Amino acid sequence: MADIKVALVGNPNTGKSTLFNLLTGLNQKIGNFPGITVDKKVGFCKLSATQNAEIIDLPGTYSLYPKSKDESIVFQVLADKNNSSHPDVVVLVADATNLRRNLLLCSQVADLGLPMLLVLNMTDMARKEGIHVNVNKLSERLGIQVVAMSARKNDGLDTLKKAISHTTAISTQVSGIDVTIFAPEAIAEVKAKIKTENDYYALQVLHQHEHLTFFTAKEQQEIEAIEKAHHFESSKIQGAETIARYRYLSTVLTDLIFDTGAEKKFKVTDKLDSILTNRFWGFFIFILILFFVFNAIFSWSSYPMELIENGFVWLTEFGHAHLPAGVLTNLLLDGVVAGLGGIIIFIPQIAILFALISILEDTGYMARVTFMMDKIMRKFGLSGKSVVPMIGGIACAVPSIMSARNIENWKDRIITIMVTPLVSCSARLPVYTLLISLVVPNKMILGFLSLQGLTLMAMYVISIVAAILVALVMKFIIKAKEKSYFIMELPVYRMPRWSNVIYTMYEKSKTFVLEAGKVIIAISIVLWVLATYGPSKRFDAIEKKYTAIEANSTDSVQLASLERDKAAEKLENSYAGILGQTIEPAIKPLGFDWKIGIALITSFAAREAFVGTMSTIYSVDNGDEQTATIRNKMRDAKNPETGLPVFTFATSLSLMLFYAFAMQCMSTVAVVYRETKSWKWPVIQLVYMTAMAYVASLIAYQFLK
Amino acid sequence: MKLSQLNPGEQGTIVSFTDLEMSVKLMEMGCLPGEVVEVERFAPLGDPIAIRVAGYQLCLRKSEASVIIIQ
Repeated sequence: MADIKVALVGNPNTGKSTLFNLLTGLNQKIGNFPGITVDKKVGFCKLSATQNAEIIDLPGTYSLYPKSKDESIVFQVLADKNNSSHPDVVVLVADATNLRRNLLLCSQVADLGLPMLLVLNMTDMARKEGIHVNVNKLSERLGIQVVAMSARKNDGLDTLKKAISHTTAISTQVSGIDVTIFAPEAIAEVKAKIKTENDYYALQVLHQHEHLTFFTAKEQQEIEAIEKAHHFESSKIQGAETIARYRYLSTVLTDLIFDTGAEKKFKVTDKLDSILTNRFWGFFIFILILFFVFNAIFSWSSYPMELIENGFVWLTEFGHAHLPAGVLTNLLLDGVVAGLGGIIIFIPQIAILFALISILEDTGYMARVTFMMDKIMRKFGLSGKSVVPMIGGIACAVPSIMSARNIENWKDRIITIMVTPLVSCSARLPVYTLLISLVVPNKMILGFLSLQGLTLMAMYVISIVAAILVALVMKFIIKAKEKSYFIMELPVYRMPRWSNVIYTMYEKSKTFVLEAGKVIIAISIVLWVLATYGPSKRFDAIEKKYTAIEANSTDSVQLASLERDKAAEKLENSYAGILGQTIEPAIKPLGFDWKIGIALITSFAAREAFVGTMSTIYSVDNGDEQTATIRNKMRDAKNPETGLPVFTFATSLSLMLFYAFAMQCMSTVAVVYRETKSWKWPVIQLVYMTAMAYVASLIAYQFLK
Repeated sequence: MKLSQLNPGEQGTIVSFTDLEMSVKLMEMGCLPGEVVEVERFAPLGDPIAIRVAGYQLCLRKSEASVIIIQ
């Protein structure tokens, strides 16, 4: 149990998350990319032998007036006394190399009247740049404790812990400005209405009550009425407040900061920027890095993925050999374990991708990518900040959609969320690989380009082009709620912090397994049941038929083949088979038969179900999912009516296009619902993507058949 | 003169803003009247631009820079 609650508040890029790691020992994700800390992070810290603290890491923000979804959490937590995270002590983390801008937030928080202290972080970097801050004088002028430290170098931690436990329960800070002058009557009325003594809290409530969830509808109306009665001009008053605060801070900082080596500052960053954001080299280097990332996801992961796959095959075989045979064992092994394997196999790719993204963010490069890409992305209704979720989409849309939270503009964010699932994720990869190996000859062009590899690459290009075009359409359909803007700090380049990289890998993989896992396992079980059982009349007839034939047969090879035929016939008559046959008329124009229909249905839960379903349907014995076997089975599959192969080039391409565009992922639907707080967006997404998939497949098949 | 009219390497002092809403956001980020700003570089496609203000590097679109009146 914690004795006190401590909240860490500060600007982005101040090393706040590093400090959090240091205090709690529970490593957390951080990045140079402004606003990367999105979820509420909590940890525990032993301040002294007798005192424990709960530490809450709040999202980085430049002021208490929020610009994005995660920034709005800061005021909510600090203002609402009933909020479960409402702190007893606020630790304001400031970057010592850029003190004045950092103190703006400090003076706002101070006026809320919570007990607080100030951490001057990155003092080692400030020292290097020749900046010296008179800590004692600053503490005296602000009326709070000031601790100079360097979280990166693990310097000053004990002093901070002591300072936290010495913070008095009654706030001591000096109030910098008189906020009542901005709207005297309105503030007085709100104070009476919501029963607070704090002028600044009342002013903040006037500004942002629409976004605060802890007021009742009646209270909201009353505050709104006060606003109207006194012609409360929010932007104007905010501007006046900011100017007043900066004026006050100028007096606070007078004769406190000694700057000696102005020339040496930003030398490394400037040099790197002149190369990395160069007119010509900038994009070239970015594309090279993308290629590297892309290559790493596929080549580095192949070995661990193979290991995982073999592991699950072994587990299934071992289970079948040692568990008592029966329905429950089958459900456990062919339903649950198979489903679990389908998820875990993607962990290597996701871990590698997010490790690389976190390195790019941590070094400060990702901020430059958004800087370079903004103009292009804006043409398509996106923002430079949409680049990160879209790159992440190559591995998995679920964590990528969550990372769209730091896009400030509502419209930019919605469009990013809507198109990210179009980017070919790793779940589509097994589908592509299987179908390409089936119909594209394994030939080399010009001696070094693999035709199969080029086809795979083309599928990725198609998916990105589709995402961009859809974004363009949505740009014209969706109405903007506010003006889009792009004002962003470009942090100095730094070395990545490896512990953070490792934590990101762990965190993202965990999110994926938990988010996608629940759905995939549930669906695997349902699918297993649907494919194993059917109307009892039909099943009884099949049993009878094969018992009769098998009784007359003695050859063991023939018996085995009969068993397979029986399983195939059972599947055809199972609930899943009946379902596939029901939708066959609708998918026939796309070149699909009822067996593919079953795979389509199961894939609506998760695309990776395709290969598994195919191998079940084409009755590969022993559940041995080696691609070669399924591939051969599929290659030999003939249409019973015409006698022609099922998987022609036209059908396979049509199927790949369907998988490229269709919204076949329950986890994504769920996460879009969670992020947009409405069913409207996931439903629109599901409909438009599926319609697009149908049309693309229809055109491809009808032209190529 | 507007900030968006400067070339890389040139600098000026902020005088005022032509857009109230945008000015609030810019001032929070340290772009205050009286502050010296220097254009550091343009993005490869000419927009957004990176400026040096209040001791750090900030990037913003040209349309946003055009609301900043400088001297």
